[in-house]
Amino acid sequence: MPQGGGLALANLADRARGELAGSATVQIVDPDPQSRSQQADAAATLLVQDPAVAGLAIVPPESVADLLEPWLGTDDPEQAVPLPALIDLRLRDGADAATLDRLRSLLADAAPAARIDAQAQWLAPVLDALSALGWMAFGLIGLLAFTSAAAVWLAARNALGGNRDTIEIVHLLGGSDAQIARIFQRSILADAVIGGALGLVIGMAAVWLMGAQFAALDSGLVSSGGLQGSDWLVLALVPVGAVALAVLTARFTVLASLRKML
Amino acid sequence: MSVAEQEIVSFDNVGLRYGTDREILSNVSFTLFPGRFYFLTGASGAGKTSLLRLLYLAQRPSRGAIRMFGTDVITLPRERLPAYRRRMGVVFQDFRLVDHLSAFDNVALPLRVSGVREADLQGPVADMLEWVGLAHRADARPATLSGGEQQRVAIARAVIGRPDMLVADEPTGNVDPEMALKLIRLFEALNRLGTTVVVATHDVHLLSKVPDSLIMRLDKGVLSDPTGALRYPPRRIGAGE
Repeated sequence: MPQGGGLALANLADRARGELAGSATVQIVDPDPQSRSQQADAAATLLVQDPAVAGLAIVPPESVADLLEPWLGTDDPEQAVPLPALIDLRLRDGADAATLDRLRSLLADAAPAARIDAQAQWLAPVLDALSALGWMAFGLIGLLAFTSAAAVWLAARNALGGNRDTIEIVHLLGGSDAQIARIFQRSILADAVIGGALGLVIGMAAVWLMGAQFAALDSGLVSSGGLQGSDWLVLALVPVGAVALAVLTARFTVLASLRKML
Repeated sequence: MSVAEQEIVSFDNVGLRYGTDREILSNVSFTLFPGRFYFLTGASGAGKTSLLRLLYLAQRPSRGAIRMFGTDVITLPRERLPAYRRRMGVVFQDFRLVDHLSAFDNVALPLRVSGVREADLQGPVADMLEWVGLAHRADARPATLSGGEQQRVAIARAVIGRPDMLVADEPTGNVDPEMALKLIRLFEALNRLGTTVVVATHDVHLLSKVPDSLIMRLDKGVLSDPTGALRYPPRRIGAGE
């Protein structure tokens, strides 16, 4: 689960950051609709000729109204507050401060009401939060790996305690440390494979369910947090890693205990 | 062949103590030669089991030198000790059978540890169980066996690998006199095949059952060897030594 969540959040943050890195929004904030429309057209004409601009789209006023509908209602929003004209801008080499400053200067005369903002700038706190959540998920993975190792260590120590006589007998009959450790490794391996397979099925189902829930939110940003094919492969490898961790932990525990015997 | 090459075990001024207690064994020196039969006697608490534990490499001494099969086992790295343990068969005083294994699997254990293939161990293990009169109990777990039966399984386990040396701690303690004699005859038969046998017992009647045996007597951790026979044993008549 944390592995799936971590990967999904990392994907979400990466994709959103990638998409937003070269995007900027031009707002024409003018109360006069006619002037606003003229400035938007002038700004679009100037911007489309600029070599830094890869493409642009004037967001139709209806779309802006749709976006604001949850806050302003279905009545004509223009009646309530003047809405800005929006131009969605895609830049070739990223929305760095120098490029944005140059574009602001470019528009200063033709569209004095224009404001240019990098989209990444106002979404930065959200992306940072997503990154932090991703790291927390990976931290959780580390914590789980540690607790799993500790659990296996305890289980191996208990098994050692319960089988101390057998171990001592095999030891005195000439069994090597490696032979005795192998017996325990096989025992732990069988348990870990069963547990890992069960965990994989349950985990995959949970991650799939989580993805479906994200998709159902119908948000462009959140639904992009799904898992890719390689992510599913990584998730499938998690139980393999857990089994390897369990077997290695059992081996080291048994060997450490045997070293206390002659 | 020199004496040093012939000896199978030599103890030189060996002492053993636990913690800061007084020594359980003091200045124990003796040599065991291949193909000999030794009895280790002494009262309870004399240190017989402690001496045997040193012999079957369950413990290192507090001081002194021990050589086995021509090697100083005191300084030998512990990873190399299993190879020496496999050359010995041990009958523990408390049998020490593996509870969850059948009599058959207990007897097969030393062969499995030595890497003998399953197909190759079935016959010898069955024969050995037959010999100790437990063929019909091959599938029985130790908990369902009587004390005497457990002891015979322990003895079968100790001798199944035809060890160079057999160490037995009170092997006849839980069997009737008839079975005790039978077991001693088994040890003798192994001895005739070249296995050095060391039997710890407080049963003085057993000592006369093996005419060529040498007797080691422990008294409060001190080994008595007034004639030096344990270091320089008399030649066996007709043994060609």
